[in-house]
Amino acid sequence: MTQTTLRDIETRQDGGPRPAGLGPLGWLRWGWRQLTSMRTALILLFLLAVAAAPGSYLPQRGVDPGKVTAYFQQHKELAPILDRLSLFDVYSAPWFAAIYLLLFISLAGCVIPRLGQHTRALRARPPAAPRNLGRLPYHATFTVTDAPADVLAAARATLRGYRADGTETTVAAEKGYARETGNLLFHFALLALLLAVGAGAAFGYRGNVLLNEGSGFANTVAAYDRYIPGSLVGAGDLQPFSAHLEDFAATYVTEGRTRGQASSFTAKLRYRESPESPERPYDLRVNHPLEVDGARLYLLGHGYAPVFKVTDGNGEVPWDGPVPFLPRDQITYTSEGVVKAPDAGPDQLAFLGYFFPTSGKTADGKLTSTFPAPDDPTVTLLSFKGDLGLDAGVPQSVYAIEAKGLTKIGKSTTLRPGETLELPDGAGSITFTGYREWASLQITSDPGRTWALVAAVLAIAGLLPALTVRRRRVWVRARAGDGGRTVVEVGGLTKADGDGFAPEFDEITEGLRARLRAAPPSVGDKE
Amino acid sequence: MTPSAYVAAAPAAQVNSGLAQLSDDLMIIAILVYAVALLAFTIELGYGRRRRTVAEAAEEAAPEFAGVAAAGRTTAAAGESATSAVAGAGAVTETGAAATGAPGASAASGRHGPADDAAGATHRAGAVGLAATVLGFLVHGGMVATRGLAVDRWPWGNMYEFVAAITLGAVGTFLVVAFRYRARYLGAFVLIPVLLALAINVRYLYVDAGPLVPALHSYWIAIHVTAAIIATGAFTVSGASTVMYLMADRAERKRAAGEAVKGVLGRLPGAALLDRLAHRTVVFGFPLWTFAVIAGAIWADEAWGRYWGWDPKEVWSFITWVVYAGYLHSRATAGWRGRKAAIVSLIGFACLLFNFFAVNILFSGLHSYGGV
Ligand code: HEM
Repeated sequence: MTQTTLRDIETRQDGGPRPAGLGPLGWLRWGWRQLTSMRTALILLFLLAVAAAPGSYLPQRGVDPGKVTAYFQQHKELAPILDRLSLFDVYSAPWFAAIYLLLFISLAGCVIPRLGQHTRALRARPPAAPRNLGRLPYHATFTVTDAPADVLAAARATLRGYRADGTETTVAAEKGYARETGNLLFHFALLALLLAVGAGAAFGYRGNVLLNEGSGFANTVAAYDRYIPGSLVGAGDLQPFSAHLEDFAATYVTEGRTRGQASSFTAKLRYRESPESPERPYDLRVNHPLEVDGARLYLLGHGYAPVFKVTDGNGEVPWDGPVPFLPRDQITYTSEGVVKAPDAGPDQLAFLGYFFPTSGKTADGKLTSTFPAPDDPTVTLLSFKGDLGLDAGVPQSVYAIEAKGLTKIGKSTTLRPGETLELPDGAGSITFTGYREWASLQITSDPGRTWALVAAVLAIAGLLPALTVRRRRVWVRARAGDGGRTVVEVGGLTKADGDGFAPEFDEITEGLRARLRAAPPSVGDKE
Repeated sequence: MTPSAYVAAAPAAQVNSGLAQLSDDLMIIAILVYAVALLAFTIELGYGRRRRTVAEAAEEAAPEFAGVAAAGRTTAAAGESATSAVAGAGAVTETGAAATGAPGASAASGRHGPADDAAGATHRAGAVGLAATVLGFLVHGGMVATRGLAVDRWPWGNMYEFVAAITLGAVGTFLVVAFRYRARYLGAFVLIPVLLALAINVRYLYVDAGPLVPALHSYWIAIHVTAAIIATGAFTVSGASTVMYLMADRAERKRAAGEAVKGVLGRLPGAALLDRLAHRTVVFGFPLWTFAVIAGAIWADEAWGRYWGWDPKEVWSFITWVVYAGYLHSRATAGWRGRKAAIVSLIGFACLLFNFFAVNILFSGLHSYGGV
């Protein structure tokens, strides 16, 4: 198909001819034209797709750092190589950034000049009729008895909605500017979206906190268990709100194949927008984040924090309070955690524990949990004494103990609420006094998100006319023919070939004929 | 504290088992009806007669037709005669004038090459196939609706329900195209993947009707998933049209080289027509897909605290989107139109399928509640 279309005339399809013997400026200009050509954009677009793929297969630090560590352990040789290629941080990798920055520049370089062209086109008059309308892809010819001037007047009336212009013998009409308007809107919206996403990442931050029922936090860097600031966020930029967890409640499916699956979670919060503001309540649920001063609080997870009272060998109480345990599986909520009493004397004490919300027995008699709700809470504890190794200054997980300086004392013991385990040799005792639930919250602040949404909505708004409106030109020429008749030629041209302009073109032609037939011949018109 | 009083009622009480059973039965009936439709469409493909192309027809009919038309015009419009520039054939139809009816002569200069508009072979069985497809679609729609009513929620909470809905979307898009563009010749190529998907669905992906995990409790499921389902249906029809386009294009090349084209290949519609249909369905599906991705991002923002986190599902939705955008561009780029663009479109479809099957089943991510 070698049909000429508007597009061929107007769209620069490739970078143009390579300059011969041009200076550095010429080469620069040539390079720029290459970069901003649609073919380059197309290739960059595909590269971006290819580049995004490995991140869906390999674990990503930004998504799940734990899995990356596991991958390193499983693939000792391969992992460091992949890491050198940033394959565990694909979406923040330099090569990924390079592709989308180039695409961004290509896009900007492509659409900004087009914006100028289009504003000019919006004000321009339709181009004059080609000499031979018969060579256009859409055309029709017929003769009428009306005078040429009447035909042209009728043509203008028929082409209502078109921008029409004309000479003494022709009418030139054009329609469908919305296509290019939409197209530009779409591509500019994409640019805006990229900017908004980038700005949000730079000026926003993200963090997690774990709250036991009855405890709270103030929004400071120190309060976070995990804190990931954007590159342009300082510690002083955090919004000064605070929140307090009063109660956490979960409901579960009790029967059937999905028994134990959670069906709802609610965290009852009280929060203040700033230390001076009044306190307000909020029920935090999945899909219902709390928005405070531009930051958002999400319910991320939950678990149990058994409450222990530890008494040491000296009769003092170095620990009395809840200890968050981490769920080991979501269906039974069997949870694991450690109780550390570094202030215990004469020896430091530590306990490794399991919490079973609804205790039961497995087929081979082992203790297990049969349901995630705390219907029959039980803990098992393994006790240690010695040196916890906390003084060495090496940071330790609060969910694990360093076994080096510790000796196990006694046997693994099961406790129900209120029961006490006496440690051997007067080392002290530990009482399982009850449990609380905890909720983990994610706090995010992304100042770009509203802009990203606006840009995305504009992109769709632009996409619709860009894809559905057809840019078309119609010319009508009327000239005196044989026997006092007027020969009417109609020609049409669209931006893409074979895009279904035919019915509309027919309608125009037929509309024109019908109009001429209906109108009484003007005065002086010979039969 | 959470006493067990918080525990929800048993899900059995929430599921209307009668409706759930009805839904399962309707699924089987729909499959059987579609199978009949497929058979009928296959007969049409295998034994249909190819209509002469418009040009051939025009050539034959031109002398009388042109005469009649001109005469009719003369009497009706008192002296107005239709002497179209299109060498006689232009007057074939009173209403169609040059643009639709008259590509016969050189004046049409290649806009519609003679084969372009060939609508493919037709056979009475094709009408039966179309009727059966409509029936199957209604039963299939009933199946999805009863499933939703049985569990009192939107029926897209797991793979089984997704596949049922997406195939419904594909058949629905096909029916629209079949009636609007008289393109029932796509029937067999749409129904083969639909039947395959439904068979796999019933055999391997079936799960009993049940409630949703809390992460899916959101009205966004209606918006986001519905848009994705319809877009997927449109992309499926586009994929079928693209495969046919590639076949028809081959047939036309052969014909142009003077080789005989036999069998199904010879009965396909014109390549340009199929190409246009494939494009139109993408033009319909792409904004919807864009919308689905954006709605998904809004939902993710609400559910997970970020609107975009490069979760595997997000990655592949993005890749699919980029490839289809590439397809739209490639049609507008010299040297990429035609076969190359078609292949890009098929890659896009492959990404879509990968996103749906592989990502749900193989990868773990926040979207892994496929419930396979
Ligand atoms: C993520 C990136 C992009 C997407 C999703 C995108 C999407 C689109 C879409 C949907 C169209 C309408 C196609 C049609 O009219 O049939 C289009 C047209 C166009 N795009 Fe892009 N685009 C992107 C990047 C670019 C870039 C980087 C450039 C230029 C360097 C570009 C240049 C064009 C041009 C020139 C058209 C007009 C084609 C026509 O008139 O049909 N696009 N784009």
